[in-house]
Amino acid sequence: MSGELMVQDHPMDGLLRADRLPHIWCPGCGLGSIMSCLANAISESGTAPEKHAIVSGIGCTGRVAGYLKLDSFHTTHGRAIPFAIGLKLANPELKVTVFSGDGDLFSIGGNHFLHAARRNVDINVICVNNFNYGMTGGQCGPTTPTGARTTTTPFGNSEPAFNLPHLAASLGAVYVARWTSLHVRQVHRSMLNALRKPGFRFLEVISPCPVGFGKSNEIGEGLDEMRMYRTNSVVDPDADLQDAGIDMQKESPIVLGDFVDIERPVFVPSGVDIA
Amino acid sequence: MVTAEAQPRVLTGQHFMNGDIACAEGALAAGCTFFAGYPITPSTEIAERLSRRLPELGGVYVQMEDELASIAAVLGGSWSGAKAMTATSGPGFTLMMENIGLGVMTETPCVVIDVQRGGPSTGLPTLVSQGDVMQAKWGSHGDYEPIAFAPASPQEMFDLTITAFNAAERFRMPVFVMADELIGHMTERVTIPSKDRISIVNRKRVPPGSENRLFYAPDEDLVPPMPIAGDGHAFHVTGLTHDERGYPAGDPLVHDRLVRRLTHKVQIAEKELSQVEELMTEDAEVVVVAYGAMSRSARQAVTLARERGIKAGLFRPITLWPFPYRKLRGLANQVSRFVVAEMNLGQIAREVERHLRRPATWVTHAGGRMIPPEEVLLALQETAR
Repeated sequence: MSGELMVQDHPMDGLLRADRLPHIWCPGCGLGSIMSCLANAISESGTAPEKHAIVSGIGCTGRVAGYLKLDSFHTTHGRAIPFAIGLKLANPELKVTVFSGDGDLFSIGGNHFLHAARRNVDINVICVNNFNYGMTGGQCGPTTPTGARTTTTPFGNSEPAFNLPHLAASLGAVYVARWTSLHVRQVHRSMLNALRKPGFRFLEVISPCPVGFGKSNEIGEGLDEMRMYRTNSVVDPDADLQDAGIDMQKESPIVLGDFVDIERPVFVPSGVDIA
Repeated sequence: MVTAEAQPRVLTGQHFMNGDIACAEGALAAGCTFFAGYPITPSTEIAERLSRRLPELGGVYVQMEDELASIAAVLGGSWSGAKAMTATSGPGFTLMMENIGLGVMTETPCVVIDVQRGGPSTGLPTLVSQGDVMQAKWGSHGDYEPIAFAPASPQEMFDLTITAFNAAERFRMPVFVMADELIGHMTERVTIPSKDRISIVNRKRVPPGSENRLFYAPDEDLVPPMPIAGDGHAFHVTGLTHDERGYPAGDPLVHDRLVRRLTHKVQIAEKELSQVEELMTEDAEVVVVAYGAMSRSARQAVTLARERGIKAGLFRPITLWPFPYRKLRGLANQVSRFVVAEMNLGQIAREVERHLRRPATWVTHAGGRMIPPEEVLLALQETAR
């Protein structure tokens, strides 16, 4: 090593808090590349970065808010969506993105997701799903596949898991997509689509958590899980979402695609025409 | 869609209105532009009034799915620059404690109205109590110094809601109005002054275009100017312990410095915040401490005691937190006997004894009814003996 840097800057440095890097995520985690996709999408969204705001809950994914050089809010566990709603309603000019994990958005924050989708509030929700609570050391959550081993399901998870695109679509989300952290081009494109559309938009990104989930479920390291995404992924935008659940078994498909893209009246907080 | 013929923001004039409505009007007069809430007796009339009034004035009224979401939306609204509030009662106040802590830690101005009812749990949904006053002090985890006011009339519901907004903006934190069912549902004359006679405080803002990146570096009053979302600052806000940039910091020294500043900013302003009413205390030999609705009964008890030749007085904390201990101690130089009357089993009584460093006579009831003046009178008579 000559000590000479090959690259001085990250291409997204303008949207990253370089003074906070390196980030806290483990080797093999998908969050870094997914965050990069969002930074790219924001820079291409046609809305100036100062009019974007990002809101996170708690957990590994919740830390994304701290690394993006935007107005960024790292809130309480599960409450990113209602906080984002307040931010958006009080300043409709803002493009508000919620970026949080599966446990945060669908366990402790599940009720808020239901109602925000039902109302069709104008916010963009990105859920990074790693099938467990990573920050606290790999516990079972509402997306943990049945049978999976976690630190709190030593005999295998006895519960069924949420099928997130099916849930979001059934609630009336106007945009629903799912990709994995391997599919960076598709993630980037879906994020861009979502940023350019009004209403309640939902993107699930499947991500490896080798430390919390991969190792204990015979998936292996992050790279092994990425290989699994490559071999098992089935891109099917017309899939029956009822059948799009994920069990992370060796031979099981991971159904991906841009599933829903519809129009629905966007939530306005009162029926008064303030003309 | 309906087109509203808007009434003015400040309804200057004489009114006959209940405390909850007066509170809503006080909020509007203070410049409230954002309400998020969830229906709960006995505070619901505040939400109902604002659901009609706020949209007409170009503000935002939103009913959320629960109180957890309501206070979260209020904090979000505040960071978009709104003067934001919610209104609730005991069970909802308990749910809000989580994000009240976030509001304290992130220094987010907002107002929370708690129209108290009997607890614990669902308790007495339609009946009065003062059982949440210590929850206002200690309800969220960790150390903080809350600001809370206790109105004793519909007029004070109006006045103190304005005071609460001004304090929230001045100190950048959630501020509580600790009302109760009796005051919320009591109808009395309320005088709303003209707009120019209402003093309004607005938060210090980081001006757009500012180069300052130390968003949590305080001014001399220990309060940092607040950046507003969309102004181009790219600021970070976190409930984690943070340094002056707003970045997470795991250092115990940073934590201690931050939490001390958050408490000191209120403590150093105790004098400015502290409001009390004293009635016939000049020559008093025994004084009853009472606040909120209970002070009305205590006031009557003082009159009855005087008629019986007992030199009784009333000390009414209008500011509950920070507790007006200096004024109480000042009174204790001249009076040695104290009675505390409250509609809980002795919450402020402990605070009074702590500051007096001597026992007081407690007149307590768990809630559901106002303690009648005769019971307070009895305690005054026995204590004066």
